[in-house]
Amino acid sequence: MGLLKQALPFVGIFAAALILPLVSNDYWTLIATRAAIYWVLVSALNLVVGFAGQLAIGWVAMLTLGAYTTSVLVAGNVMPPVNVFLALGAAALVGGVAGVIVGLPALRLRTFYFAMTTLGFATIVTQIALAWQDVTGGGIGLVGPVMPAPLDSIFGFYLFCLALAAFCTWITANVAHSRFGRSLVAIRDADVAAESAGISKPLLLGSVFLFAGAMAGIAGGLFATLQSYISPEAFTFDLSVLFFIAILIGGRGSILGPLIATIVLTWLPEFAAPLVAWSTFLYAVLLLVIVLAAPGGIAALLDFRSRRPIEADRSIVVHTDVLPEILAGRLSADPILLKGIVLSFGGVRAIDGLDLQVEPGQVHGLIGPNGSGKTTTLNVISGFYHPEAGSVTLGTAPLPMDAPQTRAASGIARTFQTPRIIGESTVLQNVMVGGAINGKGSFVESLLALPRHRHDEAMLRHDALLALRCVGLAGLAEVRADRLQHSELRFLEIARALMVRPRFLLLDEPAAGLSGDEIHSLGSLIRAISRQGTGVLLVEHHADLIFEICDQVTVLNLGRELAAGTPAEIRVHSEVVSAYLGS
Amino acid sequence: MLTAILLSGLAVGAVYALIGVTYNVMFSASRVMSFTAGQLGMLGGVLGAAFIGVLGLPAIAGFVLTLAACAAIGVLTEIIAVRPVLKSLEQHLYVLSTLALALMIQQFTAITWSTEPQPFPSLFGLQGGGVGDEKFWLPILACAAVVVGLEFLYRRTLIGRAFLAIAEDNFAARALGLPERNLRMASYALAGVIGGLAGFASGQLFLAFFANGAMLNFLGFVPVALGGLGNNRGAIIGGLALGIFQQSANFLFGGVFASVAVFSVFIIVLLLAPQGLFGAPAQRRV
Repeated sequence: MGLLKQALPFVGIFAAALILPLVSNDYWTLIATRAAIYWVLVSALNLVVGFAGQLAIGWVAMLTLGAYTTSVLVAGNVMPPVNVFLALGAAALVGGVAGVIVGLPALRLRTFYFAMTTLGFATIVTQIALAWQDVTGGGIGLVGPVMPAPLDSIFGFYLFCLALAAFCTWITANVAHSRFGRSLVAIRDADVAAESAGISKPLLLGSVFLFAGAMAGIAGGLFATLQSYISPEAFTFDLSVLFFIAILIGGRGSILGPLIATIVLTWLPEFAAPLVAWSTFLYAVLLLVIVLAAPGGIAALLDFRSRRPIEADRSIVVHTDVLPEILAGRLSADPILLKGIVLSFGGVRAIDGLDLQVEPGQVHGLIGPNGSGKTTTLNVISGFYHPEAGSVTLGTAPLPMDAPQTRAASGIARTFQTPRIIGESTVLQNVMVGGAINGKGSFVESLLALPRHRHDEAMLRHDALLALRCVGLAGLAEVRADRLQHSELRFLEIARALMVRPRFLLLDEPAAGLSGDEIHSLGSLIRAISRQGTGVLLVEHHADLIFEICDQVTVLNLGRELAAGTPAEIRVHSEVVSAYLGS
Repeated sequence: MLTAILLSGLAVGAVYALIGVTYNVMFSASRVMSFTAGQLGMLGGVLGAAFIGVLGLPAIAGFVLTLAACAAIGVLTEIIAVRPVLKSLEQHLYVLSTLALALMIQQFTAITWSTEPQPFPSLFGLQGGGVGDEKFWLPILACAAVVVGLEFLYRRTLIGRAFLAIAEDNFAARALGLPERNLRMASYALAGVIGGLAGFASGQLFLAFFANGAMLNFLGFVPVALGGLGNNRGAIIGGLALGIFQQSANFLFGGVFASVAVFSVFIIVLLLAPQGLFGAPAQRRV
């Protein structure tokens, strides 16, 4: 799967676009210009909708803002006329700021709330454009900006928009294939795992909202130039529907799919006159069909790779010899300390005054009946739950509460009872998500594929392949994660956690659903990890595994410590035997 | 001036509150927020104008037909856009499916009815824009009727209690043998009636206009966000407060300011109290 092969469809589409004006007339060139301008907006919005999964249905508002900003500045009806390129820059600024404002609620609330916010914003922008007559010309509108020669001709302007569209394709593809793109998808499909990997949701989403708003602002300025005259009627909600639906029809997490969909949806109404009136109705029907029948969109239809059969009879062979290279040099002398932790859910005390010490270099088993507070304890350590009393420290340094995204930086990684993986991404991409905090390059460097971005990618890829080899999944690196067996997902989660180079690894029932052989492999893997100096906290129900590999065992019952000691001591502890193990 | 602000504020607020209740009734039965809530309000106005104004039916016949049609649209929403995506609620596909259906309703109305606002006939001949104008009183009356009706339904009738049981705990209700699917369809029919009533009662206030759907979608959702999902009392109080706030801003500072103010309040409330002012705490994620 070479880079060349991936780029081929894009090259084909833009080459076809280049020769279009030579083989057709001005009318079709204008339509193609419109498609290119739409793509400038859609390609960036794709990161918000397709990658981060945020349902921004009212993005036409940013187009409107950009169009008015550019037109007003160039026309000079509030201040002296401005150069058209400066005005486009201002449009990007206005669009970007608006994008961040509209995106703010998405940091706390997803889906319907965010969709509503963008819808409400779109309504308000149109109302303001209508009412603020001195500046916007109200319902009558105003003249759009004119480009300087040679961009003022139909052909020249088309080439300009096309070049910009190609540039946008390139930069969004760069982001999509960077740790930022993978982190966005992680936020969409496995946000809890993303936070545990240290991905900062506000910062990342803020960046893409800013970017998508700015590109929409620029697209707005170009749209105003193309229309040559703008009024609020030019920015109907139908346009927003087109942008949004193009991404969903194209397929989430794809770039080629939405590009094809944008071109098709822009051209569709031109094929038959009656379609113009019914076009939005048709888009809506398409959306319903896609949601109900083919959630993967065009991209899923084009994904031939995932239909190739994978070997059915596979077994996991772990390679612990690569662990020194994976965990190199990231050791802790301090234990994780829990003191007097109390946590209730409603009237139930899930943890009732628990002290716990997890030493580096040891495997610490945490066992107990269902509901005894094992997973809850793990969630307290990893920062998802805020205890009512007690402290969680790493040595003497307190670990911040309600901040699971800080744990990776402290060297604390975890897995989940129900594997939290990104089904649509490959196994390799899933593991690379775990190393998001190891990257050095910024979002802008990734946009432009600058050296630090390329270095990050090479490093993450190398580390992820190493981690996959360690847990015995190297042969499945390029397979979509949702095609794996359940037991393989458990090892995949461990590989992702290893990417943090953890000083402490928290495992939540890693042996659940595994076969006897697999449990044996898991045991030797965990043991080997702890021998490298990493402390392991192991929540498990398989008593055999616990007693085989643990250095220390704590038994919980009703949120309290029932017993603690070495496996040999626990095995003969009378209360533990009667309450939990059975004789 | 104060009377005018209060009266028009309560009138539009009553409509927002009713659309908020429409959202809630659908949400309680299915845990789905549906974009069709505002469209039902729009249809109430357009269908009322079509039956009474265009076809010349008696007002009472037009009223009954409008509500029946909206109930049917409610049931249709459940069948087309809600039931198929209930299995995977956590993927939030309902946002897209109900959005698609809402757009279809809106575009169909725009093309077959009109893209311009059309007049809604007077029902009792009380017009003139003053304090006695029925366009202010009808939404307020409709809102009061719905409050009383829902209270009666939920407190006094078996089916109302079954609605509450499903809203409280879907699985337990099914385990008790409640016909969950039929109750859900009934809830969507009820939502259709409430949304249709809101649109019919506000026909003279907002006119019969296809774009009212999107407007009501947003302004009807604000009280839900304020009051918390599924909280009808919160939605009614939030709706009326929103109406008075919006109309005060409108009278005192103008329409642009009112729009911006409403949107700002919405964003600020979402940031400060994501579960609404009367809402329940967030669910556990891990």
